[in-house]
Amino acid sequence: MTDNIRSLTSRLAEEPSSLAFLELGEALRQRGQLEAAYKVARGGQNRYPGLADAHDLIARILSDQGDLAGAFDAWSDALRLDPLRTSALKGIAFLYYRAGDLLAAVEHLERAAESDPDDESIPRALARIRSEARRSAPGPRPPDASEPAPPPSEPVPEEPTNGAGSESPFGALEEGEHGLLLVDSNGLRLGGTLTTSAEGEMGDRVAAQLAGLSREAARATRLLGLGAWHSISVETPEGQLVLSAPTAETVLLAVRDRSLPMARVGLLAERAARAARTWLEREA
Amino acid sequence: MSAAQTALDRVTRVPGVRGAIILSASDGLVVAEQLMDGIDGRAAAALAGSLVGRLTRAARSAGLGEPAFVQLRSEGGSILAAPGGQDVVLVAVAGPEANVGLARLEMLDAAGRFV
Repeated sequence: MTDNIRSLTSRLAEEPSSLAFLELGEALRQRGQLEAAYKVARGGQNRYPGLADAHDLIARILSDQGDLAGAFDAWSDALRLDPLRTSALKGIAFLYYRAGDLLAAVEHLERAAESDPDDESIPRALARIRSEARRSAPGPRPPDASEPAPPPSEPVPEEPTNGAGSESPFGALEEGEHGLLLVDSNGLRLGGTLTTSAEGEMGDRVAAQLAGLSREAARATRLLGLGAWHSISVETPEGQLVLSAPTAETVLLAVRDRSLPMARVGLLAERAARAARTWLEREA
Repeated sequence: MSAAQTALDRVTRVPGVRGAIILSASDGLVVAEQLMDGIDGRAAAALAGSLVGRLTRAARSAGLGEPAFVQLRSEGGSILAAPGGQDVVLVAVAGPEANVGLARLEMLDAAGRFV
């Protein structure tokens, strides 16, 4: 138990009516102690049912636990109590994005941007989702007067040879984008695909699990005096995963089955990270 | 000597390994540890536990099952983790000169004994 959690636990025990449950619940959530975080948050919410922060905290915990329907309800409750609450608007936008409803995601992010114009992550997320919506739209898109036309000198992207979209961060790789994911710091997929035989495309779900991973890895290596982290490799009975950070704001995941040695998955991840960096610089 | 202590001994005998911890996967608390001075066992356990938990959820979502071995590489060495049965994770901190291949084999074997 960290000193901070110990101190918050003591504070809450001494003064159960205090709002220390918000800090304690969040600290436990960030440590990955989701069951304990949920108990603390639920206790606080029972005491303060009209406090939007409590519903917001519960939504974050449920989202981390993968209970997306529960998270949606909790963020909706937070918005009923505080209609301009940016974190809840962003949370619901994230859930809509994961559900593939890009229009609803954009609507919520636009409200979040109005509510907090200083939050720089919102216009970035909006740009990405709008770009993705354009790519996935069937047929030619009608001209949109609200967006500037591309400069006439912009080259026409070449048709990729590997089946990946020309907008894919991994379009230049001969292996294609399958089994590769580029994820932003909010757990949103920037590119790549990841499918399972049982459940189909799982990229968004896996991306969401990777939110904050880079920060967590950096904290672990810093605290143990090991310097900056380079990569994480994970062996499972069914496959091999390698994670790296092409930039400070992104995480790249490469997945292959067990037939490919881990060192070669690492080499693939390195190539994919270079391609992702180039793509991110072009998109910036 | 307890099974936990035996496991820690085997892992920390690998050249370059600075210490090892057995922690509870569910709450990140230290079950047993054998660390060089200067390594905060509780913090290492909490952070490694959280990281392994996150990677486990990601691997499950990707349809790949439970992680058997995790290596976090950094400038100054590695954090190695081998989840075992009985809700425990065996974690080792290795310097840049460590024989990670040998540490991996010892850890997989030791973690397997906790099933």
